Amino acid sequence: MSLLTLIQIILFILLAGTSGYIAFKKFKEIYDNIHRGRPEIIHSSLGFRLKSMLLVAFGQKKMFKLTVPAFLHLIIYASFVITQIELIEIFLDGLTGSHRILYHAFEGSFMQSIYVFVINFIEVLSLLTFFVTIIFILRRTTFKVKRFQMPELKGWPWKDAMNILGFEIILITFIFLMNGADSALHSKEHVSGYGFLLSGYFGSLIAILPNGALEFLGRIGWWGHLCMVLTFLLYLPYSKHLHILLAFPNTFFTRPEQKGEIHNMPAIQYEVQSMMDPSFKAPETEGEIKFGAKDVYDLSWKNLLDAYSCTECGRCTSACPANQTGKKLSPRKIMMDTRDRMEDLSKGIKKHGPDFTDNKSLLGDYITKEELRACTTCNACVEECPVNISPLSIILELRRNMIMEEADSPVEWNNMFANMENNQAPWQFSPSDRLKWTEELN
Amino acid sequence: MQYKVPVMSDMVAEGKIPDVIFWVGCAGSFDQRAQRVTIAFTKILNQLNINFAVLGTEEACTGDPARRAGNEFIFQMLAQQNIATLNNYGIKKIVTTCPHCFNTIKNEYPELGGKYEVLHHSQYLQELINEGKLKVEGGPFKGKRITYHDSCYLGRANGIYEAPRTIIEALDADLIEINKCKTNGLCCGAGGAQMFKEDEPGNKRINTERTGQLIEVYPDVIAVACPFCNTMITDGVKSENKQDDIKVVDLAELVAQANNY
Repeated sequence: MSLLTLIQIILFILLAGTSGYIAFKKFKEIYDNIHRGRPEIIHSSLGFRLKSMLLVAFGQKKMFKLTVPAFLHLIIYASFVITQIELIEIFLDGLTGSHRILYHAFEGSFMQSIYVFVINFIEVLSLLTFFVTIIFILRRTTFKVKRFQMPELKGWPWKDAMNILGFEIILITFIFLMNGADSALHSKEHVSGYGFLLSGYFGSLIAILPNGALEFLGRIGWWGHLCMVLTFLLYLPYSKHLHILLAFPNTFFTRPEQKGEIHNMPAIQYEVQSMMDPSFKAPETEGEIKFGAKDVYDLSWKNLLDAYSCTECGRCTSACPANQTGKKLSPRKIMMDTRDRMEDLSKGIKKHGPDFTDNKSLLGDYITKEELRACTTCNACVEECPVNISPLSIILELRRNMIMEEADSPVEWNNMFANMENNQAPWQFSPSDRLKWTEELN
Repeated sequence: MQYKVPVMSDMVAEGKIPDVIFWVGCAGSFDQRAQRVTIAFTKILNQLNINFAVLGTEEACTGDPARRAGNEFIFQMLAQQNIATLNNYGIKKIVTTCPHCFNTIKNEYPELGGKYEVLHHSQYLQELINEGKLKVEGGPFKGKRITYHDSCYLGRANGIYEAPRTIIEALDADLIEINKCKTNGLCCGAGGAQMFKEDEPGNKRINTERTGQLIEVYPDVIAVACPFCNTMITDGVKSENKQDDIKVVDLAELVAQANNY
């Protein structure tokens, strides 16, 4: 083993190890953040969970509500998943100082043709992904698709999206540089190349370069690709792109209830029950009773997992009747605000300990009451979400706080509440008139 | 035919038990437009000799708008009162013409101890048609262009898309689907207690937006299955000045009118 190889192994281990450690710490932070949420038991069977995950996350079922974007996204997704195979070889090479360790291990056996087929498959998908990525950049910059031009995407979210698309272009460029230079070298030394169609062609274009230069280019491709992969890993926990991981647990924990069902509040149930029936003994409810959610950690862990799983595609907002008619409510913004608030709080907690407060809250400082009041609870956002997020669940929890803790409701709602309480109907009619309609019957 | 509305308390006093409770709902009881739907559905029940009853003055709001507005106390009070009434009578089966009542009783009452078989009238009518008990004549709707507006609380909230369409198809009418239908249907603007307050500031009312989508296909009739949708779409049609050409009609009214009840 040459000294240069040894240096490369050490450099690889240092780079990969440090990045892995830093990324792990940040992922752990996100995990802890989600677990600061209120407990919620999701009553679903393992079969239901696996089915939701396989259909919705793995199978991309709900993406196909919009055919063209679904197809384009599928290319990137498939390419990402299958590229992991090549990444295995890159890591093995990095650890052992070898060069295409799998190819050499398989050389001469039937596995060699499988290896070549897989790499070819990856390369075709990568090339397609290259073009799709350009379409996705154009979709945000030139075509100005409406759901990518909304106010909540100004600033960091827009940059975040462009960063990811940029990373993809760089990743693909490096992998073609690596495979191209490798193919050129291999064909010079062994008459024929590896049998990689796309990079083989690219290699034939640069084969006139001296062997040393080709080897150098190949190394740049390898290290460049590796560094981009690690950058991606480090960037992921700060980005909307985290959905590539969290889509799976998030769909696994899909709530099984009908979408129309709003979850019960046992504390209030028992209180009302003991009011109506003095002999009723309410079961103990744990902890301090708070009505609805004022801040992120009053929400359930599933709401928080939802927020980290959101990739800001905006399908929810496009489908929202309030948003379509110019109201301030945007379900996507609800998810983004929830995540931003968690990140802001966890930064504070990291610095000042678990009792950290900044006199702000999700309700009011991040999400305004006007947004909350605009929701028709129509479930369009929930229906649209390709990874089964429920913005509605968060909206309702915040509304509960707004109405029951802050007693801040529109005058018309106050009248409605009063009517319901006094007349058992949302309008001001006497309960004794409930059968008046029968007079018109005959 | 002399139509009757048996009231639960009277039936019990006479020692009779109904097969099904017709849950009229607040809109169905008090709102003038929705009352006509209640009447149409009552006529169908009478014509088919169905052994039904209403709760009458013992019925209270299910609590849906309070819970959705965020006032759980009022919801619990009404829900528990209704459950006590229903359980007291040993009710097993409920049919209602309101998707909001339907959703609340079906999905939210069980956890509070109210477990019943709950049907929306579209499902109930579909069942009667499938069993051959209800024959629907084409009548005035034969060949008419009818489009259907999906109610959120029937559609997305409970996955009921086919029952209402079966009824329209039974009329021999031309069912025209708009682009934004079924899972993609746009809310009429009334859900989540919006019915009881003004829209938040924006550039358009939701019902105007939805009505625009519906009248694009030049329907003779916009069929609805919810008293709130009915109000919202009727208002929308009026604001487009199309009330003479386009009627907004509930499924129960379609059946009753077709059969000349």
